[in-house]
Amino acid sequence: MSKLPTRFWLTFLPPAFWMLGLYFVPLLVLLGYAFLRHEYVAVIREFTWENFAQIFSNLGYRHTLSRTVMIATLVTVINTLLAFPVAYCIVRYGNRWRGVLTVLVVLPIWSSYLVRVFAWRIILGYNGVLNSFLVSVGILSEPTTLFLYNQFSMVITLCYVWLPFMILPLVSAFERVPGRLLEASADLGAAPGYTFWRITFPLVMPGFLAGALSVFSLTMGDYITPALVGGSGDILVGNIVASQYGVADNWPLGSALAMVVLLILFGLIAVLSRVGSLENA
Amino acid sequence: MKWLLIGIASLVGAFLYLPIAIIILFSFSQKRVLSLPITGWTFDWYHQVITDTRLQLGLLHSLQVAAIAVPISAILGTLAALAVQRYDFWGRNLFRSAVALPITLPGIIMGVAMLSFFSSLDVPLGLPTLIVGHATFGFPVVFSTVAARVARLPKSLEEAAADLGSTPWQAFWRVIFPALRSALLAGVLLAFALSFDEIIVTIFLTGQQNTLPMEIWARLRFGLTPEINAIVTLILLVSVGVVLASQRLSQNES
Repeated sequence: MSKLPTRFWLTFLPPAFWMLGLYFVPLLVLLGYAFLRHEYVAVIREFTWENFAQIFSNLGYRHTLSRTVMIATLVTVINTLLAFPVAYCIVRYGNRWRGVLTVLVVLPIWSSYLVRVFAWRIILGYNGVLNSFLVSVGILSEPTTLFLYNQFSMVITLCYVWLPFMILPLVSAFERVPGRLLEASADLGAAPGYTFWRITFPLVMPGFLAGALSVFSLTMGDYITPALVGGSGDILVGNIVASQYGVADNWPLGSALAMVVLLILFGLIAVLSRVGSLENA
Repeated sequence: MKWLLIGIASLVGAFLYLPIAIIILFSFSQKRVLSLPITGWTFDWYHQVITDTRLQLGLLHSLQVAAIAVPISAILGTLAALAVQRYDFWGRNLFRSAVALPITLPGIIMGVAMLSFFSSLDVPLGLPTLIVGHATFGFPVVFSTVAARVARLPKSLEEAAADLGSTPWQAFWRVIFPALRSALLAGVLLAFALSFDEIIVTIFLTGQQNTLPMEIWARLRFGLTPEINAIVTLILLVSVGVVLASQRLSQNES
């Protein structure tokens, strides 16, 4: 490689230093905290595995971790089922509306996340839209509290807020499938369903994996949705991390938990990039 | 099969927009309790929101943070995009994925990492720490929109400028920058929309001065009050306007 010009260093160094100093160093500090001892209200600068031992011996933490992984998986699966028909229809049948429809899907990503979580409280609450509708139609004789503050409301809301992150990479993946391949497959006598499984699906796989990874990772780190629409027993690991950095005030334990989440995500990224080509859609 | 798929897709589309429609509807409802049927219409909640001094202060802080964080994101994102697209250097792909990490990994990780970092340096939390956080997740957003544009600019543009006797600096400002301008503006608008609504990282890095989403978050935890629908509708209006403008810009000239 030839020697890089000064102009390169002028463009490369400022962003590289910012990322290094203000993102990667903080991540290392976080990692450091996970190995510090916590006693009463003080952090003692002494190396220990205690925080990780505590996470894996405490039943509550273990259950929360496995519940978080399960709910993140469930949300990813549901969003896959919802996103495929939408992305397929936008690309296949969208014609000149394709651009507009894609923007309509993206719009919610950039409009207040807090607002979109909050909406489900209005819909599912005791006085909510769903209850008043069901009572007025006569399906329920009186409103029920069954809809809100449980795992059901939490999963619906999580699916809702993260769905666009699955649709968007799928739309660009479907757009890149060459139409000639589908025609060739049809010419050779394959039924549309067969063509989808053997031609289209493998081609959109990288986009799908990118979307699935986003949805899984965003759910793994969420603590706002469980706090606003989940039940008191349905907290996710993000809630424990947030409370260790807040009222519970045990930063070493909180950072050890954050490290476990990070490890799960890096493990998943490693597996996915081995299985299929994971690309930035 | 075709109509079945379109039917399912339309239902999912309704699922995406129904909750937003409901919030907008209730922001004009007279009743204090958010329930159907809506018995009367009013602008009172909007009036209440506009005259609420705590919300005004929150809005001011949000704008102050964005006013500094977004330009930082714009500069860093553009530089990184030029570095990645114009030069072949060792670790280029690593650099490209590293830059995307703040929006790839969940926000809570960045939130607690920066909180630990600032506290270990005894930096007090406040608007400056928020600005650093918001600039860091805005940077990858600007990077991805600008990098996509730079990738399409032929290298011959700069070579032509050089042949005609311009210095690299002149070539950048008179040839490259004008070609990037609309993509950069699109990225800046997205970074602004993100910063204006952000809550997950913000919670960890805020000191005494609440931003607008922090103010809403504080109110949401004490229960439902109808004026929230009005605030939220106004925020939605700002975000949607900003995002639509951004989409327009990134589709122009492409």
